[in-house]
Amino acid sequence: MAKADFAVPVLKQYPEIPAIEPGVMAHSAPFKSKEEFQAPLGFPGQLVDDWQQKALDKMGDLLGRYRGLRVYLDSCVKCGSCTDKCHYYLGTHDPKNMPVGRQDLMRKVYRRYFTLAGKFFPKLVGAEDFTEEVLSDWYSYFHQCSQCRRCSVFCPYGIDTAEISMAAREIMDHIGVGQKYCNEIIAKVYRIGNNLGLPGPALADTLEGLEEDVFDDTGVEVKYPLDQEGVDILFVTPSADFFAEPHVDGLIGYGKVMHEAGVSWTFSSYASEAANFGMFIGSYDNMRRVALRIREAAIKLGVKRIVFGECGHAWRVAYSFLNTLAGPWDFLDPRYPVPQHICEFTYDLMQQGKLNFDKSLNDDMVLTYHDSCNVARASRMGDRPGGQFDIPRAIIRATCNNFYDMDEDTIRDRTFCCGGGGGLLTDDLMEIRVKGAQPRVEALNNVIQEKGVTHMAAICAICKSQFTKVLPYYGMDMDQIVSVHQLVSNALILTGQTSDEDAEETADEAA
Amino acid sequence: MTYISTLYAYLFYFAAFVLVAGLAAKVFQYARTPAPLKIPTTPAPTTRAGVAFRITREVVFFESLFRGNKWIWIFGWIFHFGLFLVTLRHLRYFIDPVWAPIQFIQPFGVYGGIAMVVGLAGLWARRFLVDRVRYITSPSDHLILALLIAIGLSGLSMRFVVHTDVIRVKEFFQGLYVGQFSTLPADPLLLGHLLLVALLMIIFPYSKLLHMPGLFFSPSRNQVDNPRERRHIAPWARRLEQQ
Ligand code: HEM
Ligand code: SF4
Ligand code: SF4
Repeated sequence: MAKADFAVPVLKQYPEIPAIEPGVMAHSAPFKSKEEFQAPLGFPGQLVDDWQQKALDKMGDLLGRYRGLRVYLDSCVKCGSCTDKCHYYLGTHDPKNMPVGRQDLMRKVYRRYFTLAGKFFPKLVGAEDFTEEVLSDWYSYFHQCSQCRRCSVFCPYGIDTAEISMAAREIMDHIGVGQKYCNEIIAKVYRIGNNLGLPGPALADTLEGLEEDVFDDTGVEVKYPLDQEGVDILFVTPSADFFAEPHVDGLIGYGKVMHEAGVSWTFSSYASEAANFGMFIGSYDNMRRVALRIREAAIKLGVKRIVFGECGHAWRVAYSFLNTLAGPWDFLDPRYPVPQHICEFTYDLMQQGKLNFDKSLNDDMVLTYHDSCNVARASRMGDRPGGQFDIPRAIIRATCNNFYDMDEDTIRDRTFCCGGGGGLLTDDLMEIRVKGAQPRVEALNNVIQEKGVTHMAAICAICKSQFTKVLPYYGMDMDQIVSVHQLVSNALILTGQTSDEDAEETADEAA
Repeated sequence: MTYISTLYAYLFYFAAFVLVAGLAAKVFQYARTPAPLKIPTTPAPTTRAGVAFRITREVVFFESLFRGNKWIWIFGWIFHFGLFLVTLRHLRYFIDPVWAPIQFIQPFGVYGGIAMVVGLAGLWARRFLVDRVRYITSPSDHLILALLIAIGLSGLSMRFVVHTDVIRVKEFFQGLYVGQFSTLPADPLLLGHLLLVALLMIIFPYSKLLHMPGLFFSPSRNQVDNPRERRHIAPWARRLEQQ
């Protein structure tokens, strides 16, 4: 078990709604950003003079640009439906981690300065001045929200706390109070092309190594091309896929699927990142700048289609925002959706009978599937609502014999976030990450106990990294988390592949 | 007594003005503010008709709340449905001749009044009994519930305990249409009831009662899930492209 200097939540058989413990997570705040990370994003390097007025100005600006923000701040009736829905509340018991509690941190400022009632009767409507204490609460608790949107499912008005967290982070960035992790990473994308800062040559090296591995394994020359012009498909994937475990096993799977599809494709070193942390910090400008790299790469490489690898928030930005941010895509092949998810791509091939699976190759695992929050509640796959739940499951069922879903209340659009999304996947937030994982890990633990599940598949780079790190805190193994396309890769029999069985058969025939 | 009636006449002109102008200003503000990104909570409908159906389910059945919490749902729905029936019943004071459907629901309106008070009582109890809800409650949340219960109870008392002269009440409101101030019955219960209703009308556009228009403008509920098929772009975002 991993060591923790905080109490790791105890897993229960039946979920419990904890009693509130005010203030217990007030100390949890990520490292602050510095001048060198703020400047490339266009933000001041430290707390500006007159920060209060500047923050309010920015808030007014956002209220005029985002209808959602305005409507959400006005509409909450404090019904309480969302109060027990956030994994961070369930794991920490801090009422400011209840979605409405988190919203109220901004709402009380909004009411004080932007509404009649709050200007004249602040006490009555819970309005408060924007003091330093309030700002400090903002920094703590708006970095304890993974923007997973679970709260918005259960709110009668669909109030999405993620939108409020994003706006809060955008406001804080504008007064020089940024978060190091997100802003450093975005600066890295501008400088190098991906979150991990992997330069082109390193990528080429890695991909070459993978080609050799796959050839050794299968005897088939599967290619993992980089920066190849004039191919059909630009493949954009989170940079963790290039080397982290279990991500890279998924990436091997993408290549095999592309190979079987018989399409020409390439990664791009310029757009070697599907993730877009611009969303986490609520910055339209930065999100757009990151997204435009994909457009530039697509034009430069002269591709006809764009396919995205496994990543949750990346798929949200791709599916829901890419057309807005970097479109129109009229220069691509109109017969295919732009962009396409690798799961959609694989599923289509399955439908056409082009993929030959031997499910028994995954028989060493009993699987369950984690719906990543951004895929589940902020995007779609296929042409029917809910395809984002059914398509990955169909792929798992086609590639594995043993699959069990977790409790209904914790999957599909009610899925629990892994606890590391929304820009929280950093070591300085380990406590909130471990505690926030509790509801998901609890449901996982129950299928482990009841169904003998051994592994959980996911289609998100953040989920994979987060579980690898936090499962050991709960006494589980880090390699119990796998990529969906890792399962595909395991079970897929490539055309012309020399497998052990073939060898045996030939031996039988000879005898 | 005409002195009080005149006061009430002006009060209701004022309340009606605040309600209509305040709500119109809010609706206008919401309508004018763009939603720059596609953010429906998915799975979401892929057509406009589907979205209309989704919103209708939210308005009529409180679908999301039903999924979220059965206790709030049952009390909340009883209260709102009661309020709805009561509102329909009250239309008889404002239209002449009274339409047949409004005549038909008159008796149900009374049950609606009872349901409304029961629902409100349940919602209010939660504000004391559930620690999470107690934490998020401000004084104004109590006051709105108190106001609505007081309106309900004073109304029901006039139905069941001390009747008032409803014909003259109707004359009073009909008169307001044409600037004629007729005299209201001088029943303290009626005057109290009307005062509270005017207060409710006045606070409506400045309080959480904005959830009513808010629901229709909530992008997580009212957007069509078709971002790949159609390019969605806000005017201010388009300006960025022209730079
Ligand atoms: C389109 C019409 C409306 C819809 C869909 C709607 C929906 C809702 C829902 C779902 C809730 C949360 C559950 C609850 O606490 O009851 C709520 C709360 C509330 N509604 Fe409405 N409502 C509407 C109109 C109104 C109107 C016209 C009023 C009053 C004049 C009103 C007064 C309230 C109050 C006071 C609450 C808070 C109850 C509490 O404190 O717990 N609503 N509404
Ligand atoms: S978006 Fe997710 S993390 Fe944020 S408040 Fe809602 S449920 Fe919690
Ligand atoms: S569910 Fe929505 S309306 Fe109810 S308290 Fe939460 S945010 Fe407010």
